[in-house]
Amino acid sequence: MAINYLQPDYEVVRNNDRCIRCRVCERQCANEVHFFDEKRNQMLADETKCVNCHRCVTLCPTRALKIVKTDHCFKPSANYTESIIKDIYAQADTGGVLLSSMGTPKEYPVYWDKMLINASQVTNPSIDPLREPMETRTYLGKKCEDVSYDKTGKLMIRHYPGLQLETPIMFSAMSYGSISKNAHECLARAAEELGIYYNTGEGGLNEDFYKYGKNTIVQVASGRFGVHERYLNAGAAIEIKIGQGAKPGIGGHLPGAKIGADVAKTRMIPEGSDAISPAPHHDIYSIEDLRQLVFSLKEATDYKKPVIVKIAAVHNIAAIASGIARSGADIIAIDGFRGGTGAAPTRIRDNVGIPIELALASVDERLREEGIRSNVSVVAGGSVRSSADVVKAIALGADAVYIATPALLALGCHLCRSCHTGKCNWGIATQKPELYKRLNPEIGYKRLVNLVTAWTHEIKEMMGGMGINSIEALRGNRLMLRGIGLTQKELDILGIKHAGE
Amino acid sequence: MKDIPEKYIEGNARIPSGCAISGFFSKKGNRVSGDKIVQSISYMHDRSNGLGGGFAGYGIYPEYKDQYALHVFYNDMRAREKTEQFLNEHFDIVNLSRIPTRKHKNIVNEPLIWRYFVSPLPTKLASSQLEEQEFVVKCVININIGIDGAYVFSSGKNMGVFKAVGYPEDVGEFYRLDEYKGHAWTAHGRYPTNTPGWWGGAHPFSLLDYTIVHNGEISSYDANRRYIESYGYKCTLLTDTEVITYIIDFLNRKKGLSLEDTARVIAPPFWQQIEALPDPERERLTDLRKAFSSLLITGPFSIILGFKDGIMALNDRLKLRSMVVAEKDDVLFVASEECAIKAICSNPDRIWSPGGGEPVFATLEK
Repeated sequence: MAINYLQPDYEVVRNNDRCIRCRVCERQCANEVHFFDEKRNQMLADETKCVNCHRCVTLCPTRALKIVKTDHCFKPSANYTESIIKDIYAQADTGGVLLSSMGTPKEYPVYWDKMLINASQVTNPSIDPLREPMETRTYLGKKCEDVSYDKTGKLMIRHYPGLQLETPIMFSAMSYGSISKNAHECLARAAEELGIYYNTGEGGLNEDFYKYGKNTIVQVASGRFGVHERYLNAGAAIEIKIGQGAKPGIGGHLPGAKIGADVAKTRMIPEGSDAISPAPHHDIYSIEDLRQLVFSLKEATDYKKPVIVKIAAVHNIAAIASGIARSGADIIAIDGFRGGTGAAPTRIRDNVGIPIELALASVDERLREEGIRSNVSVVAGGSVRSSADVVKAIALGADAVYIATPALLALGCHLCRSCHTGKCNWGIATQKPELYKRLNPEIGYKRLVNLVTAWTHEIKEMMGGMGINSIEALRGNRLMLRGIGLTQKELDILGIKHAGE
Repeated sequence: MKDIPEKYIEGNARIPSGCAISGFFSKKGNRVSGDKIVQSISYMHDRSNGLGGGFAGYGIYPEYKDQYALHVFYNDMRAREKTEQFLNEHFDIVNLSRIPTRKHKNIVNEPLIWRYFVSPLPTKLASSQLEEQEFVVKCVININIGIDGAYVFSSGKNMGVFKAVGYPEDVGEFYRLDEYKGHAWTAHGRYPTNTPGWWGGAHPFSLLDYTIVHNGEISSYDANRRYIESYGYKCTLLTDTEVITYIIDFLNRKKGLSLEDTARVIAPPFWQQIEALPDPERERLTDLRKAFSSLLITGPFSIILGFKDGIMALNDRLKLRSMVVAEKDDVLFVASEECAIKAICSNPDRIWSPGGGEPVFATLEK
């Protein structure tokens, strides 16, 4: 047998004085790390299988466990780092493309953390959200700006289809298949209670969830999985997924292992087959083709639903967005390259695309320069991690944000980045009944409601501090931001001044 | 005065200001001498700091009521020559003169101040393919941006703006406002937080017949500015008053929205209030808020908008700035403080404080 060059990344540290051999760790670990050695009457661990998801640590009744990063090391090199060496070993073993999940862990600049928010002092008052109304309601969609009065003096404004959000946050696309039915139920119920929307992703819509249609965005991606007329009409909006921030230029990839009977039925594909979406939409090879798809979908839904076009943030994003704004789309969703995924080729996830902050700033500015900003709303996603990120995104010009990783974290995800294995111990990114039953929708949806409610409170506090009592007045209000430690070029692209200016 | 670094001059920096505003309007069109508005604003001396004052008078040029009255600041004769050359190419100049002033010990560093009564040249207007008012706006912007040292600060018909760096009562004396008569006057005393040092930065801000005097610092400024600039406006002064004027010009003149509805856009009721209304009104206000959401203004403001044949007073929707309104016979008075009204109308029929976002109008009786 060939030598396995790969050593475990983590060590399972067990305090045997505390361990009561209850074997809960063994039962809870779908990766089969823990096992009981009867001869020695002792729990042991096969650390090669550990993904560091904390399930065993969290459920151990005596706190006997911890997972630590191994200090076993290679000879240090700033160039050939441990992760590069290990990737090479893995590829030499298998001859395959490296797969990863969730957002890139690499140290790229996080521009959210290099922007600071303003507050009022003396010359105008801050507004106290505990004592004054503070409005976070947002409408997405094309805005009619041509007004007239009829003979009786009645104001005439044309209505375009749109979305009404009580807070400018939506749950971003995660397909049924990549995540569990229980996870979808949590998202749908939370969206309904919060007055916002969740997104089916490209996996179709399970029959049980049609009842949440008015808070659902149904996605049409290149694989067209689960797309039919009733599906298109079930949601409040239709999203055409052109690209995803974590893997621009390629399609979705759901391994057959995650495609059980129900997922197969919902996706309208055979059970156990890999669901691999084509890299492009094969009916969209150019911008004029996109226009045709937009209007095909509008025809299919009687022009009652807004159409979102979701694109990954890539180099020429401003021009692409400008083209989309003229294609009949009502909303553009831009997904930054730090965004998460259920499965992506590692090299693509870690190297393709650009940060959402820069993409958003350029798109908003370009659409304004061309006088077409009111044609579309702009939704920013791809690593919006906190209420402060939301405030900064809106001040840069977003109408609303998409969040996904924070929603999964709220449901118990520990960011072990192993979704593609289908063995999620938290019941989120798995289709195994014994695993997904661990996610209780009743508890899960409340945690999502809590998270978004907490963020909304914080957004209101920050708005009040700026003397702004309506989210509309924050949108594109870049004077409310200052850069910290940024170059002039970065400041120019973000359209903000440096702190102290 | 100490020389001000270039980077702090109006237009290069955003300068928050506190202020005093006052105004009155005779619905019957009775023309009153300008010294009355000077007297009113002088009672709010402490709301200004001597770094800007100004006035707008309506109905003051009845003899040239069909011409656009351009008031222009020049830094030097060269700017004047270039501007007059431009004006000659685009307009028929019916009359031109220096605006009469009297020397005042508190008003110094005055630029050259000229006035032109003009009509667009029909050939130029036709070839521009613009409506007449748009043609005038474009010409004014061309001068203000294109000719160094020239600044048109008033461009309406049968009305005019007079402004300077100084306390408003001194500015009024300097411009000899007692010699003008108008059916409406507004006034502004400025309290900027650093030294703008430039006469063009004083208020009222004006475009065609619109004038705005404004007290406050709006927190929505950059959202409003970036929206309005995508429709061809250029905010060169970086002041609230400038952007508010453009917003009103855009909604009222260009989009044809009534001033009542314009007020609903910039200071709308809260969603909660809108939802409590019965239906045609609820739908109307929802539509307006959705259509022009980027023109909603937050933060404190009280403004008096002067327009052709009327004025409108408006507070921000939380009423974060004081504003008092009074009526006496056919005259509507508006001021930051009651004392400024009582100074010129000791016994009004009615005096009240309008709620936030509730516009108060006075227009000429037909």
